[in-house]
Amino acid sequence: MILIPCPNCGPRNSSEFTYEGENKERPNAATVTKAQWRNYLYLKNNPLGWTTETWYHSSGCKKFLVAERHTMTNEIRSTKALGQQGGAS
Amino acid sequence: MSGAQGSSRGAQRLGEVVDRNRTITFTFNGKKYKGLEGDTIISALTANGVKIVSRSWKYHRRRGVMSGNYHDPNCHFQVNDEPNVRGAHRRLEEGMVVSTQNVSPSLKFDIGAVNQKLSRFLTAGFYYKTFIKPERLWPTYEKVLQRFAGGGKVAATGHHVPADKRYAHPDVLVAGGGPSGMSAALSAADAGSNVLLVEEEYELGGFLRWGTADELAVAQSLREKVAAHPKITTLTNAVVAGRYDQNWVSVIERGLPVVMESLIKVRTATLVAAPGLIERPYVFEGNDLPGVMLSTAVLRLVNLYAVKPGERAVVFTGNDSGIAAAEALRGIGVDVVQVVDARHGGGLVRATSSRGVLSGVELSDGSKVLCDLLVVAAGWTAPTTLLNLSGNHPVFDEAGARFVPGPDLDDTVFATGGLVGDGTIDEILAHGAAVGRQASERATNGSVTTVAPAFSPDPHLPLFFGTTKGIVDFSEDVSSKDLLTAAHEGYNSVELLKRYTTATMGPAQGKLETINTVAVLASANGESIEETGTTVWRPPYVPITLGALAGRSYEPVRYSPMQAWHESHGGINIVAGQWMRPEHYGDAAKEVSTVRSGVGIIDVTPLGKFELKGTDVTKLLNLVYVNKWSKLEVGAVRYGVMCGEDGVIFDDGVTGHLSEDRYFMSTTSSGAAGVYAHLESWLQTGFPEWDVTITNVTSAYASINIAGPQSRELLSKLVSDVDLSNEAFPYMNLRTGTIAGVPGCHMWRIGFTGELSFEIHVPAGFGAYVWETLMEHGADFGITPFGLEAQRIMRLEKGHFIVGQDTDGVTQGFSAGIDWLIKLDKDDFIGKPELQWQHDSGAGFRLVGIHPNDPKQVPTEASQIVIDGIIQGRITSSRFSPTLNRSICLGLVVPALAVAGTVVPIRLPNGTIIQGTVMEHHASYDHEGAKLRG
Repeated sequence: MILIPCPNCGPRNSSEFTYEGENKERPNAATVTKAQWRNYLYLKNNPLGWTTETWYHSSGCKKFLVAERHTMTNEIRSTKALGQQGGAS
Repeated sequence: MSGAQGSSRGAQRLGEVVDRNRTITFTFNGKKYKGLEGDTIISALTANGVKIVSRSWKYHRRRGVMSGNYHDPNCHFQVNDEPNVRGAHRRLEEGMVVSTQNVSPSLKFDIGAVNQKLSRFLTAGFYYKTFIKPERLWPTYEKVLQRFAGGGKVAATGHHVPADKRYAHPDVLVAGGGPSGMSAALSAADAGSNVLLVEEEYELGGFLRWGTADELAVAQSLREKVAAHPKITTLTNAVVAGRYDQNWVSVIERGLPVVMESLIKVRTATLVAAPGLIERPYVFEGNDLPGVMLSTAVLRLVNLYAVKPGERAVVFTGNDSGIAAAEALRGIGVDVVQVVDARHGGGLVRATSSRGVLSGVELSDGSKVLCDLLVVAAGWTAPTTLLNLSGNHPVFDEAGARFVPGPDLDDTVFATGGLVGDGTIDEILAHGAAVGRQASERATNGSVTTVAPAFSPDPHLPLFFGTTKGIVDFSEDVSSKDLLTAAHEGYNSVELLKRYTTATMGPAQGKLETINTVAVLASANGESIEETGTTVWRPPYVPITLGALAGRSYEPVRYSPMQAWHESHGGINIVAGQWMRPEHYGDAAKEVSTVRSGVGIIDVTPLGKFELKGTDVTKLLNLVYVNKWSKLEVGAVRYGVMCGEDGVIFDDGVTGHLSEDRYFMSTTSSGAAGVYAHLESWLQTGFPEWDVTITNVTSAYASINIAGPQSRELLSKLVSDVDLSNEAFPYMNLRTGTIAGVPGCHMWRIGFTGELSFEIHVPAGFGAYVWETLMEHGADFGITPFGLEAQRIMRLEKGHFIVGQDTDGVTQGFSAGIDWLIKLDKDDFIGKPELQWQHDSGAGFRLVGIHPNDPKQVPTEASQIVIDGIIQGRITSSRFSPTLNRSICLGLVVPALAVAGTVVPIRLPNGTIIQGTVMEHHASYDHEGAKLRG
């Protein structure tokens, strides 16, 4: 089980997180073609090497984070919090 | 023979672990025996002169002690109600009932031994060749094969105590408590690391335990230092079963008081693999006869348990372990008639038997020697499993004739001891200490500066197999002849050979037999062992009981504050997702008619409830719902449906506008967590600049739906600060006020049942009080509590769909009959492109009301609508409606059938086809909604 360094909670087991998938830009809904949209929905690059992906700390701080992970070694070289931060809100 | 009499316990040994003052009585195959405290099952049997302890799995050959350790494939027993107990490891206990597995009718006369006579038909790939055709006999074959397979009997009524798991977070985990492991643990702990030391045996010490006086002294000194060190935690009779990403390590603890085993999940900064070496068998004719033992088995039996494994011994050795065994045997009074040293040209041809046990050996010089014990010391196997599981590829050391760690070792994993090399005790300790320091350095500051001394295997003869054929895999009864046959048939890659012959696939899982399998194959292929390679090692290192893996279930069960009332008033529970809630209180149909004619209340606490606060809430609502939210006035509520980006419906519910920046959202009961994550996802990853805060208040409020024509009358008895009249508080509105003296209650005029109804959300602590007060004041109206089933009937009468029941994972918005709700003229919302395309193409099923033509027939939910052999729809919900006195359904059908008046054939699960008619509306009851608005 890999460890994910959560920006809010520190390194935690991946079982606390939900994998959201590779980061992708949402196409403009007004102009998108079917092919582009379904590529966005269903096609993953799944590279051998570094990938940028989103994880949701569903059993933790409930914050989303972006991680750079190596798909072969599972090394995570950076994580970044997304959205509004801090526990005040 | 198995019933041999008399004790073969010798004089006191220096390192013996048995207590001669404490006798233990046990039975083996129904016969009473005595052993000593500290004995294993096998040492006690050997002390009683029992030589044949089991039958092999396939040929049912007589078997005796072979490796004499946990991995001994011949020593699996049924002990009381526990199958597959490792008899050379498990300690004897008073009253143990031990029996041989896989024999019928008895160990002495085993009918399965006929397989030996048939062995030329039971060779490599036998199962594949024989039990393949005809296919219709596969169930019969399965029964036949099960009878021939080994394994004991699991007690159907065994103890099912949950085996709790625990967690550990050491800096350094040392796998193996021999001299190198203890030395590594001590130096890592001295360097400041917290160390977890895991040892498979009952006691630390490794091979020193059956060694010389000097070795015993070293072991004792190390044990004392380890025990005294405050930074070392030691687990004995425990084993590292697997290593996963980033040193997530599973440790199995055995011999616990209540459960057989339990699992420890360890996250360690660094891992030191110090498993020592496993002695490997030698392949020759007769190598599985009772009386043929490995040198370490003899050393254990003699030096730990003071047991004589025979009377007249021949030793065949390629190393000093055989010499040590010979000395130990002489020391306990066994006649060692000949030591055949392969290093001096000695050779072993075959072992011969009389009445199923060893009677003599034939040597390469042509001589024959009578003996009842043959000690074999052919070399060592390095159990590299933990390294393999760390991504390492061990390499074959030709000179040392064993595998050693490859160069690509993970920088958080270290190896020491026999896995790496051989040496004097001092050299072993020095290497262990250096590796322990390295592991500590890596665990604390990340950079390793300590240099480990050079350490490599001593040269060893490549003794894998002799000139005659013998057993390679003792667990699976695979002989070198089988392997050669398979290689000849073309199964000449090690992974193919393994699967074809099942070599290495038995309980020993390759620890004893992989290297010999590879050596035989390499010789058949005319290549080196390195070229042939080994099979893949996978976790677990040793078998684990399923109970230890299962542990205890921590799935939460949720109850509303009114659950105790329900249970004491005849409520019959149903599990609904995480919630336990009443399905009915005895008669759902009666509950329906009471609600339709008077009033009833249902506990709807499981509904997901969120408070949304901020200036941008309407932006969020417009994004996630398919309908529009900008003009929702304060005090109003609106129904909404959420779709995914694929246009598929994933939740629905009602959201109300509490005050300027505050909204109250309700979701389906099972969808609460998913909706919360969905909303947070868009807020955090898509629109972090929006001012919206979401608070999950699902269990902060107890929720009750008061339904029925008299619901207003009932509620008005308890509410004084809100005007409940239709004019002041119309349908699809909300008010906040005081109910039965409880302030801060939200009241919504919505109705899933189709009746005039008020859904109230009261602070959870007052839920039971408000519920009971409603029941009390409702008595005059003949109030009934109603459960999930009555609600499901009424919502079906009203034609309201349930997400996940009437929709599935591919049901897009326009399939659910909510065309009026989906606002494609909104700029953007989740799933809009897909919904636009569905709208344009008209594709996908359509949800329709269906009435079976026979009003008494209630088609089972999921009954298919099949026309011309093609599925064209299905029933998604069906009930008998007590209100309409007929059966009613919702169903998903292809668009061509979604026309009122169409008659569709519904195929019931038993194959009967009934007719149903597609209705104009989903609702079979009050389509116009006059009652809701009343």
